[in-house]
Amino acid sequence: MSELLPVADVISSFGDAFDFIVSPQPSPFAAGGGEVGGPAEVLDKLVEHLKISGASFALAVVVALPVAVWLGHRGRGEGFAIAIGNAGRAIPELALIAFTVAFIGLGFANVVFALAVLGIPPILTNTFVGIRQVNRDAVEAARGMGMTGWEVVRRVELPLAVPTIFTGLRTAAINIIATATIATLAGQTTLGDFIINRNVFGDEGVLAGAMLVAALAIAVELTLAGIQRALTPRGLRLERATSAAA
Amino acid sequence: MIAGALVHLLPVAQIGQDFFRDRSDSDCISQNGTFCFQWAVDNFTDRYLPPALEHVALVAISVIAGFAIALGLAVLSHRRRWLIPPLNVGTGILYTIPSIAFFFLLLPITGRGNVTAVIALTAYTLQILYRNIVAGLANVPAETKDAGRGMGMSQRQLLWRVELPLALPEIIAGLRIATVSTVALATLAVFAGGDGLGQELVGGSNLTFKTGVILAGGMAILIAVFFDLLLVLAQRLLAPWRRVRPV
Repeated sequence: MSELLPVADVISSFGDAFDFIVSPQPSPFAAGGGEVGGPAEVLDKLVEHLKISGASFALAVVVALPVAVWLGHRGRGEGFAIAIGNAGRAIPELALIAFTVAFIGLGFANVVFALAVLGIPPILTNTFVGIRQVNRDAVEAARGMGMTGWEVVRRVELPLAVPTIFTGLRTAAINIIATATIATLAGQTTLGDFIINRNVFGDEGVLAGAMLVAALAIAVELTLAGIQRALTPRGLRLERATSAAA
Repeated sequence: MIAGALVHLLPVAQIGQDFFRDRSDSDCISQNGTFCFQWAVDNFTDRYLPPALEHVALVAISVIAGFAIALGLAVLSHRRRWLIPPLNVGTGILYTIPSIAFFFLLLPITGRGNVTAVIALTAYTLQILYRNIVAGLANVPAETKDAGRGMGMSQRQLLWRVELPLALPEIIAGLRIATVSTVALATLAVFAGGDGLGQELVGGSNLTFKTGVILAGGMAILIAVFFDLLLVLAQRLLAPWRRVRPV
């Protein structure tokens, strides 16, 4: 039976982590017998995590989406839009946070700025590609019907580009949520606190933090996928999104 | 009262001393200048080259392992189309779980170290690679496959001699995305107890050490560029007939 023991250990580790989430536990290291974890603390950090991620995501969308739609609509700046996307993937998340701490300084706004930098490239590139890929015949037909440039964007190009645009939005959101985890290092409260501060929350806190971050990322991904489905024109839903960009 | 405060400060002072002991260019270093060039030159070989090489190894192992698995899954699902949706969902979940969470989820199972880091990074690459290999195989023209069958090729010969070679542009495009992203993510391997440039970014007072942040971050970006150029070169050599945008 001894070979089963590791399995039992693993299961009990995850059980302890689950306990940490549902009820406060005595801190394993605090001499004063303080309590850590529990729904209130988890909710508190979850809300902070969502606040900083939401602000960063909003900033990234506000900056990248209009630029990309305009470039895509006018058919300009292809090299620029693609290069931004490629360069963005090479940004090391940890170095970005370290750069923020060392050069820009701590603080909510600074970290939001850094996380937005991570979200801009996928949104910019995918939106540009999505708008560019819209069938030129459809755009010509819309023009022939007397639509203005703005109407073409709003009623033809944007709806048809929804799947590709959302690929960018989903990638950006997941990157931001993941990196917000290490925003703890820049002095921000997030779910990453549980993971990084093992000396406060103990092993079960670390594991609980990892479970929560993973669950949050999957929940956000599913939510955005649902929104995407709702916004996609019915005719497109039947087609498989062939060029789902990463 | 004062003694109490001093005791409190002691660990910080120790980190500081230890950290600055072996450093030349002391004026620039003690003021944490933007980039202490002399210090960078003096410490590059000892301090930054080894973790950079570890970083390269971590990425290479993860991407090669991810590619082997993704290729196997793609070949498996090539003639069994019904496998594609569940495999897309499965690899999608692995892709969505943030690497840093993945490291710690694996901790009770595989412990701290490079193995844990490699497993999480490999899992991350699967979605990108699988999707691109499947897309590449799907883009092979039916006439070409018919011609292969007409020449008397078996299914296996068709796959290895016609379909996979023709899918190379998409496959390499996927490898480029996976590799560059993995170089960036591998900086987090330090949290799993792994090697790599992340070691020079966290720990001690490294996070606020400007020269170190520029060196380690810059090298991570250079490694990504290096791998990307290598793959572009491979694409030109192996599949000179067509270029595709990474999807």
